[in-house]
Amino acid sequence: MAKMNLLQAINSALISSMEQDERVMVFGEDVGHFGGVFRATSNLQEKFGKGRCFNTPLTEQGIIGFANGLAAQGSVPIAEIQFGDYIFPAFDQIVNETAKWRYRSGGQFSCGTLTIRTPYGGGIAGGHYHSQSPEAFFAHIPGMKVVIPRNPYQAKGLLLSSVRDDNPVLFMEPKKIYRASVGEVPETDYELLLGKADVVKEGTDITLLAWGAQVEVVEKAAMMAEKDSISCEIIDLQSILPWDVETVCESVYKTNRLLINHEAPLTGGFASEIAATIQQECFLYLEAPIARVCGLDTPYPLAHEKEYMPDHLKTYEAIKRTLDY
Amino acid sequence: MQNKSNKLPQERNHLSGVEINHKVNLIENGLIDIPMLQLLDEHGKETNPKATPDIAEGLANKILTSMEYTRLLDERMIGSQRQGRISFYLACKGEEAAIVGSAAALSDDDMIMSQYREQGALVFRGYKTEQFMNQMFSNQLDPNKGRQMPIHYGDKALNFMTISSPLGTQIPQASGYAYGQKMAGKEAITICYFGEGAASEGDFHAGLNMAAVLNCPAIFFCRNNGYAISTPTEEQFAGDGIASRGIGYGVRTIRVDGNDVLAVFAATKLAREIALKEACPVLIEAMTYRLAAHSTSDDPSGYRSKDEEAKWQQKDPIERFKKWLDGKKWLNEPALEAYKSNAREEILAALKKAEQVPVNPLEDIIEDVYDTPPWHLKKQLSELQQHVAKYPQHYPKTSGR
Ligand SMILES: Cc1ncc(C[n+]2csc(CCOP(=O)(O)OP(=O)(O)O)c2C)c(N)n1
Ligand SMILES: [Mg+2]
Repeated sequence: MAKMNLLQAINSALISSMEQDERVMVFGEDVGHFGGVFRATSNLQEKFGKGRCFNTPLTEQGIIGFANGLAAQGSVPIAEIQFGDYIFPAFDQIVNETAKWRYRSGGQFSCGTLTIRTPYGGGIAGGHYHSQSPEAFFAHIPGMKVVIPRNPYQAKGLLLSSVRDDNPVLFMEPKKIYRASVGEVPETDYELLLGKADVVKEGTDITLLAWGAQVEVVEKAAMMAEKDSISCEIIDLQSILPWDVETVCESVYKTNRLLINHEAPLTGGFASEIAATIQQECFLYLEAPIARVCGLDTPYPLAHEKEYMPDHLKTYEAIKRTLDY
Repeated sequence: MQNKSNKLPQERNHLSGVEINHKVNLIENGLIDIPMLQLLDEHGKETNPKATPDIAEGLANKILTSMEYTRLLDERMIGSQRQGRISFYLACKGEEAAIVGSAAALSDDDMIMSQYREQGALVFRGYKTEQFMNQMFSNQLDPNKGRQMPIHYGDKALNFMTISSPLGTQIPQASGYAYGQKMAGKEAITICYFGEGAASEGDFHAGLNMAAVLNCPAIFFCRNNGYAISTPTEEQFAGDGIASRGIGYGVRTIRVDGNDVLAVFAATKLAREIALKEACPVLIEAMTYRLAAHSTSDDPSGYRSKDEEAKWQQKDPIERFKKWLDGKKWLNEPALEAYKSNAREEILAALKKAEQVPVNPLEDIIEDVYDTPPWHLKKQLSELQQHVAKYPQHYPKTSGR
C-alpha cells in the first residue's frame, strides 16, 4: 500500500497496464514528455518510449478517430481528452463509431479495447467550459460503458478494469478532487468490477446515490442528517452505464427512500433514468417521491458557481423534505 | 504536356488545368517555398524601405503604447493571479506586434473573432482598463455578466466577439460572419485569430474550405508561436507551418515575421483590401513566440529551455519597433515612461476598484439561457432563492443583495 492522490493512482494504473500488456498505448494533447496538463501521464514516455506514450496534434476528433482505428487493429489505446468540455469535437467518432463498430460488423471488428480518459466536473472556478459533467450524453449511447471513480483506490482498480474490459469505456475523472482526494492504494495490480455500485456507508432511513466528487458532498449532508437522527445509506454508483440496478434496489427495499445527486443539469440528467427505473422496480416500497438534487438547467456559471452546485446543504434539505413527506 | 486547351467543360474544378506527366513522381513537402515577410530586421532597420508601409507618427505611437499597455496589463494580472485575486490569466507577451500590428490595419467596423491571447487588439480598439478589470473579476459590470473565466472578453460596441474556450470554433464561425457581412453589403470584414495548435482542429479545415468556396471576406490570422501548451510545432504538424494549408484550400496566403509590426501591418492591410475588393479569404501566418507561460496554470520549464526563451527575448517585438521609431526620431523616451507609469497606476487603481464590485444578483443565474427564462428555470430560481435565504452565510456573494 502507498498513499496516493487520485492523479497518482491513475498514473499507477497506467503504468501497471502498460507493463502488463505491450499493446497498451497512451496518447492525447500534452500527455507525452510533459505528462499531461494535470500530470496524470507523468513519466510514461520516459518509461515506455515515444511509440507508446505520445502527444497528438490538437484535435479531439482526430484523437478518438485514431484511437478507434488503433483499437480495431487490436492495440489497446488509452486516449486522453484534456477536459470533458472538449470531448464534443469527438462526439461523432464516439457515438457513431466507437460504440457501433462491433454492432455494425456483426462482431467481426470492434473498439472494445479502447478507453477514453477525461477529467470532468466543477468546483474549480472554471466557468462553463472547464466544469461540465457530460456523463448523461454518453449514457445514451448503446455500446459504451461509462465509469466514474470517487477516490484513488477506486480510480486505480476501475481504470485497470476499464482498460481490460472488452468494451469501449469512457472513464471520467472528477478533477476537483484530483489532488485533494488521498488514500491508501495497493502498488500491485488489481481490478474492481465494472457495472457494480459501492455501498460506502450503510443506513436505514434513506439511500443517497451519487458518483465522483459528489459522493463527498452527500457524505457531508448525511453527517448533518445524522444529527437529526436520520440514518443515511450512501451508494457510489461508479458505473453509469451499465449501472447496478440491483444494489440500488436492495438499498431502497430497506430504506424506502431515494435521493440522487449529480452536478450535471437536472433535465435529462442520469438521475432521471435512475428514478424511472427505481419507481418501476420499487414502486410499492417507496414512501416518498425520489428526490433529485442536481445542477440547474443552465450552463455552468462562474460567479454563481457556489449557488449552482448541488451542495451538501441542498442535499440535506432534500433529505429532510423526503423524510417529512 | 499541357492538357488545358482540350479540357472538357464538365471537368471544371475536377480536372481543369491539371497537367499530365508520365513519370511516377511523389510531390514532397518543400516543393513550394513559403518565405516570411520581414520589413524590420531584428535591429529595427528597414529591410526594404520601398516596402515600408505608410504609417503616420500618431498611428505609430498608438501601436507602441497599445503594445506597452498590453505588456503592463499582463505583468500586473499575472501578479494578481499569484496573489489569489483572480483565478486565471493568460499573457500575450512576445506576440504584441502580431496582434496590435494586425488590429491597427483594420477598420473599426471589422469584426474581431479571437482565440484568447489577443487582448492587444482590444487595447488598440480602445477597451478601457476598467472594462478589462470588470471582466477579470467577473463582477456585475462585466457585460458577459461574470459568466466566463478571466480573459474571455467580449464587447459588442467594439466589434469584438465574446471569446469561447473550445479551440477553433471561431474559425468556421468567422467564415459565416464574413459571409453575412458581404450579403448585408457592409464595408467590413472579419478577422479570425487562432494559434497554430488550434489549427489542428477539424474546425480549421472546415472553416478555411468554406470561406474559400463561399467567397467570404475574412482574414484568418494564425499566431504560430511555437507551442500549444507543452506541445512544440514539430509534434503538431509535419507540413510547412499553417501557410501551406491555405494554398491547399485555394486561399491567398502570406507568412510574416510576427515580431515585426511593420510586416504584420502591411500584410494585414493588403489582406483586408483584397478580402473586401474580391470577396475572398486571406490566410496570414505570423511567426512569433510565446515568451510567457501558456497561462498562469502552466510552467514552461517542463518543456522548453531557458536558452530558447533567451533567444526569442532578443527578438522582442516592442524593442524592435522602438528602435525603428527612434530612427525616425519619433520615440520620446520620457513621454513613454510617463505613459507607462501612468498606465501602471491606472491598472492598479482599476483593479482595486473592480475587485470590490459585487457579482451579478442571483436572478441573473437563469438569464440569457433563452431569450426569456421558461417556466422550469423560473421554478428552479425560486427554489434557489428560498434556499439561499435559509443559508445566507454559505452564499455570501449573492445572499446580501
Ligand atoms: C477543443 C479544445 N481542446 C483543448 C483545449 C485546451 N487548450 C487550451 S489552450 C490549448 C493550446 C492552444 O495552443 P495554440 O492554439 O497554439 O494557442 P497558443 O496558446 O499557443 O496561443 C489547449 C490544448 C481547448 N481549450 N479546447
Ligand atoms: Mg501556439
